[in-house]
Parts: sequence; structure tokens; C-alpha cells
Amino acid sequence: MGFLSNLINGISLGSVYAIIALGYTMVYGIAKMLNFAHGDVIMVGGYLCFIGMSSLGLPTVVAVLLSIVGCTCLGIVVERLAYKPLREAPSLAVLITAIGVSYFLQNSALLIWGADPKVFKSIVDLPSISLFDGQLVIGPINLVTALTCLVIMVCLTLFTSRTKMGKAMRACSEDKGAAQLMGINVNTTISMVFAIGSGLAAIAGVLLCSTYPTLMPTTGALPGIKAFTAAVIGGIGSIPGAALGGVLLGIIEIFAKAYIGTQLADAIVFGVLIVMLLIRPAGLLGKEIHEKV
Amino acid sequence: MILNDFSRRTFIKLSGVAAAGLGLSACGNSGSASSGSTESAGGAAASGDTFKVGGIGPVTGPAAIYGSATKYGAQVAVDEVNAAGKIKLELNWQDDEHDAEKSVNAYNNLKDWGMQILVGTTTTTPCVAVSTESNADRIFELTPSASSVNVLGGEDIGADNPRKDNVFQMCFTDPNQGTASAQYISQQKLGTNIAIIYNNADAYSTGIYQKFVDEAGALGLKIVSTTTFTDDQTDFSVQVGEAKKNKADLVFLPIYYTPASLILSEAKKQDYAPKFFGVDGMDGILDLEGFDKSLAEGVMLLTPFVATATDEATQSFDEAYKKASGADANPNQFAADAYDCVKAIAKAIEEAKIEPSMATPDMCDALIKQFTDASFSYEGLTGKSSWSTTGEVTKTPKGMVIENGIYMPLDKEETK
Repeated sequence: MGFLSNLINGISLGSVYAIIALGYTMVYGIAKMLNFAHGDVIMVGGYLCFIGMSSLGLPTVVAVLLSIVGCTCLGIVVERLAYKPLREAPSLAVLITAIGVSYFLQNSALLIWGADPKVFKSIVDLPSISLFDGQLVIGPINLVTALTCLVIMVCLTLFTSRTKMGKAMRACSEDKGAAQLMGINVNTTISMVFAIGSGLAAIAGVLLCSTYPTLMPTTGALPGIKAFTAAVIGGIGSIPGAALGGVLLGIIEIFAKAYIGTQLADAIVFGVLIVMLLIRPAGLLGKEIHEKV
Repeated sequence: MILNDFSRRTFIKLSGVAAAGLGLSACGNSGSASSGSTESAGGAAASGDTFKVGGIGPVTGPAAIYGSATKYGAQVAVDEVNAAGKIKLELNWQDDEHDAEKSVNAYNNLKDWGMQILVGTTTTTPCVAVSTESNADRIFELTPSASSVNVLGGEDIGADNPRKDNVFQMCFTDPNQGTASAQYISQQKLGTNIAIIYNNADAYSTGIYQKFVDEAGALGLKIVSTTTFTDDQTDFSVQVGEAKKNKADLVFLPIYYTPASLILSEAKKQDYAPKFFGVDGMDGILDLEGFDKSLAEGVMLLTPFVATATDEATQSFDEAYKKASGADANPNQFAADAYDCVKAIAKAIEEAKIEPSMATPDMCDALIKQFTDASFSYEGLTGKSSWSTTGEVTKTPKGMVIENGIYMPLDKEETK
């Protein structure tokens, strides 16, 4: 029973990582940049939902929507102000800018909301499901997280393969210049990617804070890094890869804690990343692309 | 790094100037920290008839509840001492955000201001750094709540950390908390199968944990599960699951209140309701914004002070504290510890006939002599305290239990 319960917790934690990783992977796949501010957008999403629910007294659904809309706008603004001027710049410059944006968001949150931790009220207010005489207890939020992750992954896959905008995104990802020649507005497409990625971050933030009900300006930092690890393990740029990597990483983390030791869990998680980079640098589902010389 | 640099630079630049208008949390609060007649303008010389008392503690940041409590607690005591009229004290409180580097900066600010005595720092890690500085500068330091033995130096740390003879504690040391907790649990028969969840990246938490295990072994308490976590960790499903799986009837939490709140909510999620037993870091959990107080129902903790006590001193402190802090929250033990710090120092100053004009190192020596004097003791809100040359305090802990969202004495609960 302990094994099953750990597995469920692992999948739940992994689903949160997966949703965050989807945002990382979309932005990387299409804009070819690592948006390290992604983790902090999650934190902003958490705060927006917290304010919506506790200060403004909005119904949960409205608060979550407010958080998604707020983060989407934030994503677009950040892209417009910080990343767009660097479209032609070397990728290192963009990377450093992303780290700068990350610190900017963290410190802004520190100014606006203060550093005192807030206790986040779970958006799913249902009793836990108890099975086998209470030996196996499943939190309703765990189910909601896993389901949400699945739905998002399916929707994103359909979106990129079926819709016009999705096809434009894939075109931009393969060759920006050629896409532009075919009449695709590359700038709008990239803005759209950031909008979707940040909206996902808001959902991830709400689910993260509902599962682990504490909210601080640094809340998004560690999950952000772990999700990035998940995206790399799954194959960065690949949507099913991010979801797979996220869930795997969550399970590895919980199992490492349960069966190897609570002290080593983080070391093992990042150890897996190193091993993966040595054995299969492109990730589980990533395509290996050979550099043309 | 950027975060640190940013805050540090602005902190130094603005700490003397009231920067509340900027809304910058760190600076805004340190500006307003010097309330009432104690306005600080970094660099003023020591004045004639007043003792300049510096205070350091996190008024913002993750441990802000402790720092604010100590700040207002100390302020209440200073106001009382001044009203009594025998000696005059001036308090200047600085924010350190529970960060060692910022704490040393705050200490240097206070030194520029002309600090003669230090009440602080509130939290352990910054205090280890600051006490080394104050020891070198010969400034008498009494910490309300930094409970590690590393703060005092000496003990088994050896040559790397010699006894800092100018540093004294108002709270129990971590080893004492661990030992006392085990004894209390055993005496009151609170549990037989014990699980422990502690932060192995934190000196405070590991310190208490080790002594608890030693004492529990000696008393025959059975420890069925020991799990750890590190800062920033928010998933406690495994730790709580282990405790549940091993059928622990009491979970000992020698940790701060933020992770404790996560553990309580995880336990509820897993339908697991053992007794929870905390130490002084648990104090503050009820003031956490958005916290569902019903989760803490029945949580026990060891603390020397309870605001709901009915004696006159506690009642009047409660009232004065609420006025000073401008909020309706009851003072916690940190507030009481800081109050006692200032009062104990005032008592020592009076008994040893120390003058404000005395050179700071001489004042430090005179206070050390007074505090370690066998006949010196101070009876305050947190019980009757006396000090040994190791800097540790001797007093009796009380058990508390959270009932209907407030602390109630546990002993009474037992006799009911």
C-alpha cells in the first residue's frame, strides 16, 4: 500500500512538474530560448489566485481565470519588453535577460506582497478519498492535477498539429526565415507561444500551491528548475517528452525520498539529469539533430 | 546574488532614512523600526544619560513573525523602564531578514549609531555571525531567542568556536529544548511511538533533534520513524506517510512554523491525526496569513510563556504589546523573551550601578560580571531566569496546547 500511495504522490508531483515543463518546452521549441523566468510566472500566478480568492473574495473559478489572464498578459508584456528587442541577439544575451527577468519578478513580488509566507487555500475543497480501510488515502487535488496535466498535454498536441496557428508555430520552430517567407508573422507567433506558456504557468502555479499550500516570492524557483530538468530529460522541445519527463521526475523524487532517504532526494533528481545528458543528450523523446558543418 | 546585492546596498543606503514611501519592504520597515523617541540617524554619538540599546531581528522575510514580536516586546520593556525613571534606555531596532550577512550590516549600522548593549539577534543563523562581531568589539549581547549553542561558542565546538563570553541567552538552548521535550513527553505520557520530522539543513533543527534522540533513548521512548527535509522543500507526503505507516502516535517537529503548517495540512490530507509536539519554532503558526487554525488544533509545544495566562504581569504586557504593535494578535514567547531581555539588562545595570558614560567594553565586562554572579537572577514573564558562565539560561519550560486557536497551558489540560 505504501508503494501505491507513493506512486500516486509521485504522479501528482510529477504532473505539476509536467505542466511547468510544457511551458518551458513550448518556448524552447519555438522561440529557441530558455525562459528561466518561467518559474517566477508560476509564483505570480499563485499570488494572483490567492489575492482573487482571499482579498477580493472571488469564487474559485473566477480567481483561477483571473490568474490565467493575468499571467498571459504578463507573459506577453515580458516578451514584448525584454525578449523581442533581442530577437537577433546571440542566445547567451537572451538567456541572461531571462535570468534578469526572473530576479525582477521575484523582487517585485517581494515588494508587493512581502516575504511572509501565505497559506494558500486549496482550490479543490473536497474530503480525501480513503481506500482499503484508510491504508491508501488520495487527496482530491492529486487527481485534479494529474487530470489537468493530461488534458493540457492532449490539447497542446492537437493545437500544434491541427490548427493554423499551431502549424505556424511548428514552421517557426523549424526555420524562422522560411516561415516568414511563407507569410507567417513570426513575431505574433512567438508572442502567442509566450501567452500560452504563461497561461500554463498560471495553472501550474495554482495547482502547485493547492498541493503544497505555501506561497512565497521564491515559491516558483525550485519547481521551475526541476521542471526544466524534466523538460531536458523528456527531450526539450517535445510536448509529450515534457509531460513524460515531468511525471518521471516526480515519481523518481518521491521514490528516492521513500526508499533511499529523504536527505538524498534532490541529489538523485539532479543526478538523473546528469546521467541522462551523458547517455542520451537529446532526452527520452527528443530528436537528435546533427549540426551541419 | 543579485537579490542579495540589491537589498544590501539599498538597505545600507536607506536604513537611516525613513524609506517607507518607497514601499520597499526591507527598507520601509527598518525605517519605521525606530519608533517614537528612538529615531535613528546613523552615526549619532552616545548621549549623556541614556543607554543606547541596539536590537536586530527579522521584521520582514520568512521569519518576520519572530522579529516583529521581539521588536515590539523590547519596545514595551524600554517604555516601562523609562517610565519607571531610574535609568533611561533608547532602543534602535534594525531588520536583518533572517540573513547572516544583512544581520552583520545591521550590527555595523548600530555600532555607527553608538550602540552600547545589543538585544539580539532574534534568529540563530544571523546570531552566530553577529555574536562573533560583538565579541570582538566587546559589546554585551543578550539574545531573546537564538537558541543554538554556536551562538554562545564553547561547548563541544572546541577551538574553532571558543566561548564568546559577552553573549547570553534568554531562551533555552537547542540541546535543552530537545532534552526537555523528551522529558516532558515521557513524564506526561503523551506518546509511546514517536516519529520525528526535522530540517537537516538547519542548525537549530538538527541541534534539537540530536539531543531529543539521546534523551528519548535514555527514557525508553520508542522512535519509529525519522525523516528529514531541507529548506524550500514543500512536499511532505513521504515524511508524513512514513510516520503514518509506522503507526506513530506522536510526531515531534523540532522545526519552524512554515514547514510545520505544510506538515499539518499534509497529515489532514492523509487522514492521519497523531499528536503533534513542537518547540519554540512552532510559535507563530497561528499568525500565518491564511492559515486554517483548525489544522493546529491540539498541537502541543514547549514554551516558557503563554499570553493567555491570568497573572497581572502577563495581562499588562499583553495590553501594552497590542498597543505597541498596533495589531490585535497576542504576544508570543519571542515577544516575552525580548521583553525579559531588556528588563534583565535594566536590572543588571541598576544592581551593578553602571553609568551610561562608561566606555562600551567596560560596560560589557561589568554586565558579564553581574549576569554570571551567583546571586543575580531575574524573574519575568518567562519565569525565573539565572545564567551560568556558559551563557545558557536556567528556567523551567511549560507545555502548551493549541485549543480553539489560542495557546492554553498543557498541565491544566492534563489535570482536567
